[in-house]
Amino acid sequence: MSSIAITMPTPENPALALAQEASSSLWMDAYRRLSKNKMALAGATFILIEAFICLITPWIAPYGFEQQNLEFTLARPSFAHWLGTDTLGRDLFTRVLYGGRVSLMVGILASLVSVVVGVIYGAVSGYAGGKIDSVLMRVVDILYALPFIFLVIILMVYFGRNIVLLFVALGLTEWLTMARIVRGQVISLKQKEFIEAAVSMGIPTRFIVLRHLVPNTLGPVIVYLTLTIPSAILSEAFLSFLGLGVQAPMASWGTLISSGVEVMEVAPWVLISPAIMLSLTLFSLNFLGDGLRDALDPKGAKD
Amino acid sequence: MGLRYLLGRLLGMIPVFFAVVTAIFFLIRFAPGGPFDSERNVPPQILENLNKKYHLDEPLLMQYVHYLNDLAHGDLGPSFKHANRTVNEIIGEAFPVSLELGLISLVWALLIGITAGGLAALKPNTAFDYIPMSISILGICLPTFVIGPFLVLVFGMWLEIAPVSGWDSIGDRILPSLTLGFAFAAYISRLTRGGLMEIRSLDFVRTARAKGLPESLILVKHTLRGGLLPVVSYLGPALAGIIAGALVTETIFSIPGLGRFFIESALNRDYTVVMGTSLLYFTLIFVCNFLVDVTYTILDPRVRHE
Repeated sequence: MSSIAITMPTPENPALALAQEASSSLWMDAYRRLSKNKMALAGATFILIEAFICLITPWIAPYGFEQQNLEFTLARPSFAHWLGTDTLGRDLFTRVLYGGRVSLMVGILASLVSVVVGVIYGAVSGYAGGKIDSVLMRVVDILYALPFIFLVIILMVYFGRNIVLLFVALGLTEWLTMARIVRGQVISLKQKEFIEAAVSMGIPTRFIVLRHLVPNTLGPVIVYLTLTIPSAILSEAFLSFLGLGVQAPMASWGTLISSGVEVMEVAPWVLISPAIMLSLTLFSLNFLGDGLRDALDPKGAKD
Repeated sequence: MGLRYLLGRLLGMIPVFFAVVTAIFFLIRFAPGGPFDSERNVPPQILENLNKKYHLDEPLLMQYVHYLNDLAHGDLGPSFKHANRTVNEIIGEAFPVSLELGLISLVWALLIGITAGGLAALKPNTAFDYIPMSISILGICLPTFVIGPFLVLVFGMWLEIAPVSGWDSIGDRILPSLTLGFAFAAYISRLTRGGLMEIRSLDFVRTARAKGLPESLILVKHTLRGGLLPVVSYLGPALAGIIAGALVTETIFSIPGLGRFFIESALNRDYTVVMGTSLLYFTLIFVCNFLVDVTYTILDPRVRHE
């Protein structure tokens, strides 16, 4: 719930105080609708708790991430090891926590890359209009047809599998829809009076786009960002599962699931815990994203 | 308009394909590490011969010309890691397996998806609607590499009613194809439900109902064609998704398909196999997208007359 509060106008912020006075401002309405959506709230709560736990993992993890105990391999869940141990006797609870850090980090960073590229591309395209717009959008159409995951695999293979390349590459596969959304918003916004006013005052184009247009596309961008994060987490897990993503000694939920599959006949718990965590995270983010979309899209809203 | 549009799409693919070939070729050649790096203690003379054999000693541009020339003749070159095997042989062996897996999965996806979505649209807000639509959320959110192992655990190991690896008997096809098809069945069921519900509220359906046509006939003759349009346009992305999903499915179930070869050669840096396989994937996806466009144009008169 408090993740919403970040984007909410607050009394401390005088610029937004006016908007808050009118009780039916976009953000107030959105907040009201979202708080009625139980699934979205549950998702938001889960994600917040998870993000917090991932942040403080180094201080709360019961064992070291790399700490092996070869006399105690593939142990069942017990009081000593809540989720059991893996083939090298490493504590799974610890590894699932650390894996979550990597998965969430890659997901969030990749999504931010996609936001930056998508927003700039879409805003330029929409604001420029005319020939530039149609050429830029034609490029997006063509790129839509490319199966990006194969390009990412090729990149990972040939440039070594490092984590920076991983989230940049994943981010670069996800920006197309964002660019389309922002372009649509900008096209409808640029005919509004306040943009006309800014133009007539002689404000440079760069400022109009960055200061006046982009901030007004924030709603749809936030919604789509929330939906991009699970998709980036999923792609990262997909690559890691195949051995092409995060490399040892680091681990993400994808690599943990992959090593769980290898021993699932004798020790299914090695597979089950990271799989459940990944699934719950994907569910929560999807529900939250859908909830935010319903809340921020006045057209689709029913109340 | 329809025909010109399709022709334009077809011609537009050629430069994209060419760009992809060029990009992959140069990416691979500029990347660190040669194909024979991992072979230990290769005498310099042999290394030189190997490089000569695969034209690696010539200037980059010449290598590119060689590759384009071979490609134009349908020759994808030799595998660098599997001695005495060409990429064409490897693809010829592994591709039919993947094709079969993909087609069975697609049949599952369409069969389950359209049936479930159709039932849900016929009886909205009943158990026929809620139960399959709840399951479909699982299918959309959960990745193949969670669903696959889950099915293996439940049906393969605990209930022991289906084989979990290999590709020999009919039974071997069950779990992999269900794993791969599940996500798409889920998506298709939602699209079918949505599409049918939208069409059912249109005037011509009301007219049909007013004429006294039975509900089943209205469904088959009037709503199905329009209501399935979203499903048709989803088939392009679905096919691309099935190809990518097959990488995971073939790994989980130890199926000797193209996906496994692709991953194996990606991990081994078998340049030519990676290139050949990627090009095959790209071509397949382009062709499928094009066929989907053609189907869409046939089904939807609005596209034709625009």
